[in-house]
Amino acid sequence: MTTMTMTGDAAMASPQDSPLDAPLRPPAPGAAFPHDTQAPQAVPQPGLAASSSTNADAEWLRKAFKAILPPILGIALLIGIWYVGSAGADARIPGPGKTWEAAVALFSDPFYREGPNDQGIGWNVLASLERVAIGFGIAAAVGIPLGFLLGRFATLSAMVNPIISLLRPVSPLAWLPIGLLVFQRADPAATWTIFICSIWPMILNTAQGVTRVPQDYLNVARVLNLSEWKIFTKILFPSVLPYMLTGIRLSIGTAWLVIVAAEMLTGGVGIGFWVWDEWNNLKVEHIIIAIFVIGIVGLILEQCLVLLAKRFTYETP
Amino acid sequence: MKKIVQIENVGQTFDTKNGKFVALRDVNLDIREGEFVTLIGHSGCGKSTLLNLIAGLTKPSSGSMLCDGREIAGPGPERAVVFQNHSLLPWLTCYDNVYLGVERVFGGKEGKAKLKERTHAAMALVGLSHAEIKYPHEISGGMKQRVGIARALAMEPKILLMDEPFGALDALTRANLQDELMKIMAATGATTVMVTHDVDEAVLLSDRVVMLTNGPAATIGEILEVKLEHPRNRLALANDPHFVECRAAILEFLYQKQLKKAA
Repeated sequence: MTTMTMTGDAAMASPQDSPLDAPLRPPAPGAAFPHDTQAPQAVPQPGLAASSSTNADAEWLRKAFKAILPPILGIALLIGIWYVGSAGADARIPGPGKTWEAAVALFSDPFYREGPNDQGIGWNVLASLERVAIGFGIAAAVGIPLGFLLGRFATLSAMVNPIISLLRPVSPLAWLPIGLLVFQRADPAATWTIFICSIWPMILNTAQGVTRVPQDYLNVARVLNLSEWKIFTKILFPSVLPYMLTGIRLSIGTAWLVIVAAEMLTGGVGIGFWVWDEWNNLKVEHIIIAIFVIGIVGLILEQCLVLLAKRFTYETP
Repeated sequence: MKKIVQIENVGQTFDTKNGKFVALRDVNLDIREGEFVTLIGHSGCGKSTLLNLIAGLTKPSSGSMLCDGREIAGPGPERAVVFQNHSLLPWLTCYDNVYLGVERVFGGKEGKAKLKERTHAAMALVGLSHAEIKYPHEISGGMKQRVGIARALAMEPKILLMDEPFGALDALTRANLQDELMKIMAATGATTVMVTHDVDEAVLLSDRVVMLTNGPAATIGEILEVKLEHPRNRLALANDPHFVECRAAILEFLYQKQLKKAA
């Protein structure tokens, strides 16, 4: 409680702070959290309150340390291995230093355009994201309703399941020629490939979610004699939502995996094409940068959906 | 007195992997208006099966079941159920959980304001006006069960069906809710059938205790009338001779006549 009050005071006092302790304050975002602030230490306070808040700070620091240290060690290890692997005189892979320099140069101007085959990395990533968004969006629009139908009607499910089992394990790239044949252009073919490979998890997870709706809730619906529409909006949809979001997360992951491969084959603008282009230019450090960029974008997409899923996960009895 | 539910020669068999399983046979029971009936018996004797039949959640294999003179063809809001595990929808607030039923039953003939008033009244009846905006996971088990009762009563059912509503609660909370329930029953006069395995609870709340024999093929063994005046007070009743007598009769039925062999 004391900590909270002090934080509040410290935060409110900040405009009139003396120039002496102002630089000691951590940057603004931390101030939002009661245990986050360093202010009580920076401004000496007499008595118990100060020491208890120092304890809380120490506790918080220890926890943060514990949470952050292992990942940092892991990344340091990776970079170390990379460094050693690229250290030899005849090493073919550029080392971390060289890659870093190239990355700084590359990201100093991510959005330049010099002809259709020479654009900044920002444009390439955005182009890939756009393809993923369109292909994935259509897949969601088709897959989720289909999943609901399959979950609700056993006959339909028995009819469609063998088809899904047959088509799902097919490598996405095997669909690319079909797309090229039907659409006659590279871009829709890549979108088509994203569509076909990201639709399965959404169908299957949604369908599973529908069959897993707790019988208790369905009994409630029967006793209350709810209309089909109410059953859908008040019971079916909310209970299926977590399953659906899992399907969406898996789908986005697959879509992002596939887009790189698809773009390598279809060309144009996009991170996958860019990787291939840099390979032809023998700029290996750019390929390594691309690997990091692809990884980070994938991570961000995944984390956004994890957050979304958390918001819609309900504690069930 | 008017009969709300009539059960005649009802039997229930289930198809299982090992062939037919006879859960209930030859059940005959009338439930009168305003009466509080408990079904008691050892676990697995088919108490809940019988309750589900009255609710219409399952259909009997034989015999006939009438509610207010009409065949029970399926579940409906005139036979409201309070489920054992409360079954509140976790994505709706307590208020919205209750409103869902109110809207369904009265939405066709009453305005929004009246529906809201009904919902507020039901929450007030179970003493939870302050928890209307809370979600089920934010309140205690006893409160959840009270919301379940509010949801059922708000629909103004002809009969209230309760499936071990207090079974999952600790003894103190349970006693509290029993007292609460007695007050609610005194206020509403709702006809109630409740499944329980708690002898004291059965005697305290009921006008009649229906004792079921052990399954398989369970049926009604004895029916005990509890002739105690309402409102009842659990402390005063503890030494009441009729209360003690009733309690002893049920215990004798359960532990001598229907002794369950240790499973």
